[in-house]
Amino acid sequence: MVGIVGYGAYIPKYRIKTSSIAEQWGNDATTIEQGLMLKEKSVPNIDEDTITISVQAAKYALKRSGIDPQKIGAVYIGSESHPYAVKPSGTVLIDALGIGPDVHVADFEFACKAGTEAMFVAYSHVKSGNMDYALGIGADTSQGAPSDALEYSASAGGAAFIFGKENVLANVLFTHSYTTDTADFWRREYMHYPRHGGRFTGEPAYFKHILGCGKALLEKSGLKPSDFAYAVFHMPNGKFPLKAGTTLGFTKNQIQAGLVVTAMGNTYSGSSPTGLTAILDIIKPGEKVFMVSFGSGAGSDGFIFEATEKISEVQDLAPKTWDQLNGKRFYLDYGKYLAYRGKILFNDIV
Amino acid sequence: MANSQRYTREIPHRYRLEAQKFKSGFVSLSRRYVDPETGEQEYEKIILKGTGTILTYTVIYVSADAFSKQTPFVIAIIETDEGARLTAQVVDCEPEEVRIGARVELVFRKIINEGHSGIINYGYKAVLI
Amino acid sequence: MREVAVIGIGISKFGELWDQSIRDIFAEAALSAMKNANIKKIDALYVGSMSSGLYTMQEHLSSLMTDYIGQRGAAGFRIESACASGGSAMRLAYLEVASGMSDIVLAGGVEKMWDVDDGSAILATASDQEYEAYHGVTFPGLYAMMAKLYMHRYGLTREELAQIPVISHKHAVNNPNAQYPFEITVDTVLKSSLVADPLRLMDCSPITDGAACVILCPLEMAKDFTDKPVKVKAVGAATGTIALHDHKDIIRLDAVRLAAERAYKASGLSPQDIDFVEVHDCFSIAQILVAEELGFFSFGEGGKALAEGQGTYGGKIVINPSGGLKAKGHPVGATGIAQIVEAVIQLRGEAGKRQVNNAKFGMTQNMGGSGGSCVVHILEAL
Repeated sequence: MVGIVGYGAYIPKYRIKTSSIAEQWGNDATTIEQGLMLKEKSVPNIDEDTITISVQAAKYALKRSGIDPQKIGAVYIGSESHPYAVKPSGTVLIDALGIGPDVHVADFEFACKAGTEAMFVAYSHVKSGNMDYALGIGADTSQGAPSDALEYSASAGGAAFIFGKENVLANVLFTHSYTTDTADFWRREYMHYPRHGGRFTGEPAYFKHILGCGKALLEKSGLKPSDFAYAVFHMPNGKFPLKAGTTLGFTKNQIQAGLVVTAMGNTYSGSSPTGLTAILDIIKPGEKVFMVSFGSGAGSDGFIFEATEKISEVQDLAPKTWDQLNGKRFYLDYGKYLAYRGKILFNDIV
Repeated sequence: MANSQRYTREIPHRYRLEAQKFKSGFVSLSRRYVDPETGEQEYEKIILKGTGTILTYTVIYVSADAFSKQTPFVIAIIETDEGARLTAQVVDCEPEEVRIGARVELVFRKIINEGHSGIINYGYKAVLI
Repeated sequence: MREVAVIGIGISKFGELWDQSIRDIFAEAALSAMKNANIKKIDALYVGSMSSGLYTMQEHLSSLMTDYIGQRGAAGFRIESACASGGSAMRLAYLEVASGMSDIVLAGGVEKMWDVDDGSAILATASDQEYEAYHGVTFPGLYAMMAKLYMHRYGLTREELAQIPVISHKHAVNNPNAQYPFEITVDTVLKSSLVADPLRLMDCSPITDGAACVILCPLEMAKDFTDKPVKVKAVGAATGTIALHDHKDIIRLDAVRLAAERAYKASGLSPQDIDFVEVHDCFSIAQILVAEELGFFSFGEGGKALAEGQGTYGGKIVINPSGGLKAKGHPVGATGIAQIVEAVIQLRGEAGKRQVNNAKFGMTQNMGGSGGSCVVHILEAL
């Protein structure tokens, strides 16, 4: 069967507390912390972007897979913060990791769903027999306008997955995608920050697509929520995935292991993928994971994974997701945060 | 600042630590044609593992304009476990944590943006391990 | 080979010369040197400049400078070896006279550094652009890494290191050409802003506009022009690695040691014979490392010895009677020639309050980058 043969997550070490942002805009921190279930969020170091995050996550995935980078036939990075408007992210990554030049590379964008999109295509390549291995990555240094609600959650991180046929860590049992045109969140060219439809991003967007995709995936598989050890959904905040999951029939316990948003924020394209790596870090052979992403615009990709015996051998080979979230970190004040995120107007260097 | 022509030809060493190992055992990260000590011209290409030790370092408070948003930052001379010497920033730490003799690992990071419209310069930096 | 003498010296103002362009500054020094040598015509000109192109967008100084000092038609050459450009120009001018190719040759140096805002990036071109400067290292940063290791290995304290610029400024008080002719204290150094830990602003030589020129001729002709010719006794030059990380030992300056060995050998002299030395103290730590490589102190002992006053009047040897790069100023391409100018002033006995008594042999040491190139001259009073 085809499945994940290597995975890795990378989360920058810098953080800003929800309270630091709330203080800046005169909002009540406690209400926001409870309402969004967010204590802090990750911030990229001044020298980190979607490319460097992807490289580090993919390095960890390669380490866990043990495969020769030269055998990878396709590389896809899904993100809504590709550093260049024109010039691929993936080309930098392949030259940094020694992949190619005989390789297919593309950058994906589909709001927060771009990461699972990359996984979906990478998986499909291997399944079709096009190639032996393909790499799919979801990573973001997410944008949120100053003082917008998104500023509390938009964070940085990413996860990488190598798909293959041999020495599989977690088989892909089923996939499903669900897509409509729904303008709940967007960013036009040359604009620094995305805009969104406020509460319109909830029921008609997030829940409609997650539930639509989730129900269809359950039906397709013939499995029940209780057949799964874990479930992971896109995490714009702490509340939405819990609500969507329980509506589908999952318990809070099944969702908790992958609910990285509470310590990391919403890494957009890296959100449900880093939730998945957090689960893969602890999953036992034979256990199943139910995963549904969401990207505004709008659509959801769903996957059902089942861990193999091999997973236990590789979990410790690279840093685990929760260890990175709970490990050494540096807190920024709001001013430093603005500088790190490039939200201050600087003079150009000539 | 590099231009894109100069930048592109430095990718093998800068992105993936391609180095040369000469017969004498001398390892050079910078592209060379002869072993500077022996004059030997034969070498094998190796990829540095990326781990090494800090030989000396400084904390830069006044930089060239292109780096001024990063100050203060740590720069160190590092000897890799293969014996190659290089100069690189040490990041994701407080300057007070850095020591002569500290162990580091090289990671892939952004070095600078060339203004608002130029290319983005990537390369190796070090983190303490 | 013919013996060579310096018969004329000229130096411009050192400082922030807002009203003067690179050609103005050079002309001031060159015309003054020609007047000092009582000559109207030169056969050839060698001008050292580290980066006239990046600083002022002006290359082709051979043509520009010969024309603007009234010497159209003379052979002209621009020499570049980073901060050792001036010393290198001196060596080549010396060879041109010694070889018999020309009789009257001008050796000069110039740098116009205040026409740009981002001088750090220009100076960093003297390091390895792809393997050092690319990563954000500055020249203070490179010397700071040497200082850090020297202090770590030999136990030199920050207070001891601060004595070096204090002494330089004391010397500069008596030099009318100095950019900063005033005294500072250890406290001034320790309270100045951090530039690259452990180096502070007062450990660093300043940014300076300036030019210096000397006129050379065969020793046998020297008396036709001046009563006080100074003989160029010997020259030694050498290179080292451009990248600091490629130094075999990061705090050893192989190029300086080799250049000095060559100069000592050519002159038959040893460190004990030298009465004073103008060293390339671009940073406080550089003075220590250089003084050790030149043989004035044992390795690892120079720092403490200099802090105790062994490099000033009454000590083992007078180092930088001019105030050095730190206090006299450091227009990079001109520095090597400015050192020769100071040596000639001393050996002529014209140094006034900063005169080194009975000076017979004076040495100059001019260095490029973090020790990537070095030129050492020994001059003799006749």
